[in-house]
Parts: sequence; C-alpha cells; structure tokens
Amino acid sequence: MEVTKEIAEQYLLQMYQIRVFEEQAEKSYMAGKIHGTMHLSIGQEASAVGSVSALGPKDLILSTHRGHGHCIAKGADLKLMMAEFYGKANGYCRGRGGSMHIADVASGNLGANGVVGGGIPMAVGVGLGLKMQNEGKILLSFFGDGAASTGAFHESMTLSVLYQVPVVYVCENNQYAMSFPSNKWTTSEGLASFAACYGMPGKSVDGNDLLAVLEATEEAVEHVRNGNGPALVVCDTYRWRGHSKSDRNRYRSQEEIDAWKEKDPIERFKNHMIEKKTLTIDDIEKIKAQADADIENARLFAESSPDPDVSTLEEGVYAPW
Amino acid sequence: MVREITYLEAVREAMTQEMERDPKVFLIGEDVGLYGGAFQVSYGMLEKFGPERIVDTPITELGIAGAATGAALVGMRPIAEIMFMDFTTLASEQLVNQAAKLRFMFGGRATDPMVLRTPAGSGTGAAEHHSQSFENWFVHVPGLKVVMPTTPYDVKGLLIESIRDDNPVVFIEHKLLYKSKGPVPEEMYTIPLGKADVKRAGRDLTIVATGVMVQRSLAAADQLAQEGIDIEIVDPRTLRPLDTETIIASVKKTGKVLIVHEAVKTGGFGGELAAVIAESEAFGYLEAPILRLAGKEVPIPYNRNLEYHAVPQVENIIEKARELAQLKV
Repeated sequence: MEVTKEIAEQYLLQMYQIRVFEEQAEKSYMAGKIHGTMHLSIGQEASAVGSVSALGPKDLILSTHRGHGHCIAKGADLKLMMAEFYGKANGYCRGRGGSMHIADVASGNLGANGVVGGGIPMAVGVGLGLKMQNEGKILLSFFGDGAASTGAFHESMTLSVLYQVPVVYVCENNQYAMSFPSNKWTTSEGLASFAACYGMPGKSVDGNDLLAVLEATEEAVEHVRNGNGPALVVCDTYRWRGHSKSDRNRYRSQEEIDAWKEKDPIERFKNHMIEKKTLTIDDIEKIKAQADADIENARLFAESSPDPDVSTLEEGVYAPW
Repeated sequence: MVREITYLEAVREAMTQEMERDPKVFLIGEDVGLYGGAFQVSYGMLEKFGPERIVDTPITELGIAGAATGAALVGMRPIAEIMFMDFTTLASEQLVNQAAKLRFMFGGRATDPMVLRTPAGSGTGAAEHHSQSFENWFVHVPGLKVVMPTTPYDVKGLLIESIRDDNPVVFIEHKLLYKSKGPVPEEMYTIPLGKADVKRAGRDLTIVATGVMVQRSLAAADQLAQEGIDIEIVDPRTLRPLDTETIIASVKKTGKVLIVHEAVKTGGFGGELAAVIAESEAFGYLEAPILRLAGKEVPIPYNRNLEYHAVPQVENIIEKARELAQLKV
C-alpha cells in the first residue's frame, strides 16, 4: 500500500501524539496530579490510527476503556482530553468522566466505556439509527479480546447481522483480558472466524502494521458502506503497559514484553517510510517534536484549568444541560 | 362523552400516535411484530408501520436495551419492550451503566431519549420468573426516570410524555391492569412526569399506592367509606422524579398515611416514601406511625392461593387502613 508524504506525516503524528500523550498521563499520574486509574494503549497505536483512518469525517466511532488512541485518531482536542484526565471543569466531560469516558458526540466520537463489552450492544443501536437515517454514515466500534468472551458480544453480533447495520467492528486482541491470556481460549484468527459464524466477513491482521490495519479496515468499510451489513477486523497487537495502574505484571514475562517491543508499531511505520523514501529522518524528528509540543501544551492547559465547582455537583444528570 | 378504552389499548394508541407524528420513534422488542407482543400491546402496529419501525428481535434483552441506547444516542427515539420486568435483569447493564449515565459522564455531550417499557407484577400464575416488581432498583439510579401508570388515561398521557422526554425512561406497566377500562381522549395529550394524582379525596387518612395497588386501595376505600372512614388516595404516577409536594400536602391534611405497594417490603419504594414524609414538615402533623403494606419477603410462588397471599389484596388494605384509622400516637 502506497501513501503520500502528507498522509504518512499525519499517521505518524497521530501515533506519536497517542504515545506521548499516554506517557505524559502516566507521568502526571505518578506525580499525583491525576488520580483514579487509566488503561494505556502504548504499543497499540497502529491499530487505532490505521483503523480510524479508513473512515470519513462524518463517520462515527464507539470506543473502549483503552480508548485514548481511538479519541486522538478521531481528531480529539488534546487539550480538552488532558484537562479531562486532570478532572478539570473544561475537560471533555467537565471532569465527570475522566480517562475512561471521553466522548465528543458532535465530532463523531460516541464515547469510551468503563464496562468491557459495554459498547458493542450500543453499536447495534447506533447502526440501526444510522441505517434509518440513511445519510451514508457508518460506525466503527472497537472492542477487545476480553469483550469477545461476553454474552453481550453474541447478542450484538446476532442483531448486527440480522439488521445488516452499517458497522465495522474492530477487535483489538492485545492478548490479555486483564491478566487472562486470550490464547487460552482463542487466537486472532479464531476471533476473526467468529464473523463467519454470524454471516459477515472477518479478517485478522497484524495490528502493529499500520498499513495492514488500514487496508483491512478500508476493505471492511467498503463492504459496510455498500449496504452489505457489518464486518469484523481483528488487530493482533499487544499492550506494553499493565491492564491498569493496579497491574503487577504477574501473568507475563519481561521477555515476552521485550519481544513485542521489538515489533513497536511506530518504529515499524517509521522505518518503512524511510525505506520507501516517503519520509526522511529529518521529517520524522520534526513530527516527533510537534507531538511533544502538542502534548506539552495540553498539559499546560490542563494544569492551568479550573476544577469543577462543587456547587455544580448535581447538575447534568437529566436534560437539559 | 369521552370514549372508553383499555389500559393496553392506551399503550398502543400512545405509541401509534407518537410514531405517526415523529418518524424518529420506533418500537423494538421480542415478538412485537406479527405476534403482537406477548400481551398483544403492539398488535396491528406491524401492518401500519412495517418491519423497519416495528422491529422484532430474537431473544436478546441486553441487545434490545443496547439497540435502544445506541439509537437514541444518534438522535432516534426508540421504545424498547422487555417482555417481563423479570427480564430487565438481563437488560440492566445497558440501562443502568450506559443509558442512565451517558449525559452526565460525557459532560452533557450526549442525549439518550429512549423509553424502556415493561410489564410488572404478579397475579397471573406465572410464578417466580414472570411476576416481579423491580421498580425501586431503577428508582435508585440517577439519570433514569421511572413511570408507573395505573389508569388508561394516565398511560396515554404519560407514555407520550415519556417518548418526548430527552432522558431514558423506564415505563412500568401492570399486567393485571391491561384489560381495565377508562375514559381516554382520542386526541394526543401529555401528563408531566413528576406529577402525582389524587385518585380519591378524603379527610381521615392518606393511602399512597403504586401500580395495581391504586385500584385495590380505591376498592378498599369504597368499603371503608361505609364505616365512615374517609380515605384519600395519592398515586405518585412517576416514582422518579417524585412529586413530594402532593404527598406531603395530603399527609398534612389527613395526619395519617398508609403506603401500599406490591414489591417486596424490604428495600421497596415504600421505605423511600416513608422517609420523604418523615423528613418533611408533614412529620409534625402525623397522628400515628407511618405504616407500610407491601409484598411478603418471598419470591412470587406458583400456587394460586399462595400467590394471592404474597402481595396485598383489597381485604388486607381494608384491615390495615382500619387499624391506622383507629391508631393514635
């Protein structure tokens, strides 16, 4: 797959933004400036950027608890995102949601989700709504290997195929449902083969190869946009960090983590673009510097933003807000 | 003369008129199409609106709740039917964790205008898995509204209002009321959510009742009237938001209150009602303790006689109300 310099720069910038954003969020957490928890997707950047890049600007996404990359790939405002991590009044969710609930419905991001398997039943409804509205929009719904074992997955896939909803499902198999290894019950190929059981196309790809993810998702998008019902893409990938901040990494070895770090999606895309002479080392350094500056601005914005006023605590439970 | 229709027909008429008015409204649920719904509530609607808007599903309660939640998120106004309230346990993840919280947790960046309709209650011999009254579980969830109509007139006005409301609404119907008849105007009208109705005015004591217990309390009040006990009956109609004003005003007037509901007493809505009254200025007007009459602490049993005795009946209400009328602090 060939990409232009401009496009390559955009993909690389987004992957760097995700990586640097999460590294900064982690630093701020360690410094005690962000509380709660967070689910980092470092190591999975190609899956987020590759798949979302197959969508048009009016298309929608539904994300997961590990959704920072999806948000950034969909064009989220990094300042509002970081302010939300800091729990600030001008964050995406006015400090009500935090890292796990960032949404921007107006720009097509229908939200991350704190429940594993919580997004896929909604995806059916979004798809049903889009089909009824008939404006040519489609939805890309992320879930993980953990959600694939839930009953919600079976109900959602059944209804999706029954109603032929315009939804591309992207399963990010990052190998672990918290500590439970997905290879104890399935593989990325196995996950993709579920699609055939329900009667839709499914494909498993190397989720750390941005262009492979993009190509497979574009194929799925074309299928869905042409009115053929849903499709599934499984991205085989790996999270470098723990499930959340409570993770002690007792269920996997350092050797395993290091082996996956050798398959760093950012390094792979970078090297491929240098090989193809699409980007130079100088271009890449500039892009990385841009991402660093963007995240630093987001951090400064977040840190200088106000906390929500306690007097507003009970606002916004009901419409209008 | 206003025409009379049944409670069930009022549900159907509200949905039908609202679907004719607003193309964003659709019905989704198990067997709601050709079958007409398990209780025949949507009978005939498939012919009128077609399968695109009367959406039959396989057995997927979580899927139905998710489909409604997601469709509402992108601007539709779905009505989801869960065949029995017992099965809302299966749909609750989407309703409680997702729909109820979308607006708040996304900082106001989402709206989820859906209605989840479901029939509750015992008295049909359907036993443990088809007879429960879970309203208070949903009352406990900020972000949901909970509506529990008891007359055909209230059904129509409250259901139309619920469909137009921009929040997720749990609309609880009672199976035993489906065939009850009452005057219902043919034209559309709405009843605001959060407005109680005094179903019978009286001086001596107040009964606050929900669901089928409103009808049973009315029957009890008619009999007690012959003994000279004059009962006022308040039907909250909406449990969340709750019209505390009307309830408190009634208790201040009568000085005595009996709360009657079908759901199990422990953890039931009656506890909330009792606390609302006790915390209010009505406390100073109480001439007797606040009493509750509610479902027994058992699952709903199958045997006809056991089932009958598991929830309050007219004679139990008469007995309890008479006891309260005679009670003095």
